[in-house]
Amino acid sequence: MALTVDAEHTVPARRRGAPASHDGHRGAPAAHGGHHGPTSFWSTYVFSTDHKVIGLQYMFTGMVMALIGGFMAYAFRMQLAFPDQPVPGFGLVTPNVYNSLVTNHGAIMIFWVAMPMLIAGFGNFLIPLMIGCDDMVFPRLNRLSYQLFFVSAIVLLASFVVPGGGFGGAWTSYPPLSSSGTFNHTPWGAPLWLAAVAIEFIAFLLGGINFITTAMNARAPGMRMWDIPMVVWMIVIASILFMASAGPLIAGAIMLLLDQVAGTHFFTPAAGGDPLLWQHLFWFFGHPEVYVVLLPAMGIVAEVITVHARKKLFAYKTILYTTAGTAAFSFVVWAHHQFVAGIDPRMANLFTITTLLISIPIGEMLFCYIATLWGGSIEFKTSMLFGVAFLAEFLLGGVTGIFLGASAVDVYLHDTYFVVAHFHYTFVPIAIIAVFAGIYHWYPKMFGRLMDETLGKIHFWGTIIGFNTIFLPLFVTGAAGDHRRIYSYQHFQQLATDGLQSLRVVATVGMLIMLLAQTAFIVNFVRSLVRGAPAAANPWRANTLEWAAPSPPPHGNFAEMPTVYRGPYEYSVPGRTEDYWPQNVPA
Amino acid sequence: MIDWLTPRASSFAGDIDWLFALILGFVGFWFVVAEVVLFSFLFKFRRRRNARARYVTGTLKTEKRWISVPHVLIILCDVVIIAATLSVWAAVKQSFPPAQEKVRIVAQQWAWTFVHPGPDGALDTADDVTTIDELHVKTDTTYHFELTAKDVLHSFSVPAFRLKQDAVPGRVITGWFKPTTPGQYDVQCAEICGIGHGLMPARITVETKEQHDQWLRRAAAPAGGLVATGPGGTPWR
Repeated sequence: MALTVDAEHTVPARRRGAPASHDGHRGAPAAHGGHHGPTSFWSTYVFSTDHKVIGLQYMFTGMVMALIGGFMAYAFRMQLAFPDQPVPGFGLVTPNVYNSLVTNHGAIMIFWVAMPMLIAGFGNFLIPLMIGCDDMVFPRLNRLSYQLFFVSAIVLLASFVVPGGGFGGAWTSYPPLSSSGTFNHTPWGAPLWLAAVAIEFIAFLLGGINFITTAMNARAPGMRMWDIPMVVWMIVIASILFMASAGPLIAGAIMLLLDQVAGTHFFTPAAGGDPLLWQHLFWFFGHPEVYVVLLPAMGIVAEVITVHARKKLFAYKTILYTTAGTAAFSFVVWAHHQFVAGIDPRMANLFTITTLLISIPIGEMLFCYIATLWGGSIEFKTSMLFGVAFLAEFLLGGVTGIFLGASAVDVYLHDTYFVVAHFHYTFVPIAIIAVFAGIYHWYPKMFGRLMDETLGKIHFWGTIIGFNTIFLPLFVTGAAGDHRRIYSYQHFQQLATDGLQSLRVVATVGMLIMLLAQTAFIVNFVRSLVRGAPAAANPWRANTLEWAAPSPPPHGNFAEMPTVYRGPYEYSVPGRTEDYWPQNVPA
Repeated sequence: MIDWLTPRASSFAGDIDWLFALILGFVGFWFVVAEVVLFSFLFKFRRRRNARARYVTGTLKTEKRWISVPHVLIILCDVVIIAATLSVWAAVKQSFPPAQEKVRIVAQQWAWTFVHPGPDGALDTADDVTTIDELHVKTDTTYHFELTAKDVLHSFSVPAFRLKQDAVPGRVITGWFKPTTPGQYDVQCAEICGIGHGLMPARITVETKEQHDQWLRRAAAPAGGLVATGPGGTPWR
């Protein structure tokens, strides 16, 4: 590209550190010939190699899966509030249906909603736009990644309708329950579920390598390491984290699949196997996974709050270092899920220490975010409301983790609703609240139209009020001894009290409010596609490069490939008339 | 604080509740401080006409103090919590007081089998008393339990004792408890174990030494044989 040569002349010398290769997708047929995009419907929207289309494919698939996962939550929460009554629109929730519902609700929300929305959806859409290149460096690998992901979703959905029904051994899939049809009574559902997870992981491995390579090699001229927007950093670090942790789980999944279908006994104690081995492999992946989805969410929030508070991100480098520290630390905390699983009790001490220490970098990140708001000029657009709600809600998820990281308290709280409430206070801010912040923020860029603010605010308050009404009572029922994955508490004398039952009903009402509020989002989303006010290229007066592209960006993204002159958060710089200073505008 | 919600009936329940309250004190403080600061910023710095945001990089020493001072304070809180946790954990799970009684617990899909030593006080003798879904123990006696599972993972959970331990097939895991307060308490299975996971309730009866000896004599009598059936599967209402 000629642009690289131009850059040599226009970019100040001190900024030449950035990689020169700016040609996003060398070798992709569609990219040659001056970015004339594909023309037919199929090549534009279905078999596209365009990072934006793939990102949106991931997002739409994620949203459909979120509706399925949400419907499952509706069914089992109705059963908990009104035991053994047929659930309207679903039917009777029997014990094995209940197990299958909670199992697949968890699996769907983590693997088919949080992952595709946060990493693959926003990662694909944002990375090339924010670093100023025309596409991912491996566009066809990218397309393959989505196709595999789509197949995995189909395999998962198929597992619900096979003989015996969907797998019901919890999203953690502990053997020997998961490894033998004799024990789990889902001889088809269990292997299909596991195969779906394994295929999905391969899809994300392909995506991850793409994100890392693109962000490292295809940045616009002048974009140094410290000029990369935080969300790109966080997605890259999350991808590294995922790629380093997924290996053990994929190996474990293959062993478990062999146990299920080929008669091996990796995890069967009677034949010399060890069920605890699976738990180590699962959580060696499973705990970094929390940060794999947390980091992109925090990245989205960083972009949203800086734009809508007109503020520079407080201590960019500190945030970045603490992110890297958190990521590294997340590899040595996994056994806090296994304090009472039968591991050597002395080992628990080590994991208590590491788990409590990881609160330090995470706390520091949150402090930096709150400090960013100080002295700002905060405009409460819907995206900003969701952005600051992430901070307010995630704080509660963070601090309640301390109780569970402390082994001696975990003895009591392990596998109770206290745990359920805790991780929903982390995962709902991540996979729901931050995702909505991102959608409201980048919708004008994605579709070239603005969303409706009134419907947005109805959606926001319905979601937040509903969410807290569900999970605040569950801290109490958990502390009172409600254990997880129980289809009805009427069989337990201490738990079948009117007080606890009314808290369960309150939680179910909260769930109904939260689900109902999503209709405001769906209406807003669809209506704005057609009737929304046309969006300018930069409706929020933001600095990062995606706003330099037209809304929506065409195939190839930029009319003129941008050159970067400064960091992404130069808002309200003294001495300038405008309160923003885009990265690509010369001084 | 937990005892407002569920009774305490073992010697270490109080320690665990105390640790919960200690952590609640620390994290509650930080939570409230952070939320108050967050909401006050949101209110104070809401957009006003003609007001321009400040340019703060967060790299100056005076600015960094706002992060580094809380950072050090959090480390201090963490150290206190870790020290308290390790000491309670050591008492509950690591070092056991000497056994005065033994009991064997076997979990399976979907029932609990409890083996009490008979009047001779030893397991695996002819006078053992085996019960299903019903465990009898006496107050102020240190019990060591041998926990195992027949088929899949289960978890022996007694909320009133603040006790939980997974049962793993192929392993015998030893633990201890010392009941303090007479009464009947729930035993749960806290690890998903299949279709009947929600139908695995058992009862633990804590009784005085006299009551316990009486029960044991009756149960161990030849006619008594297998004293079976607790509440398993019967709804309480």
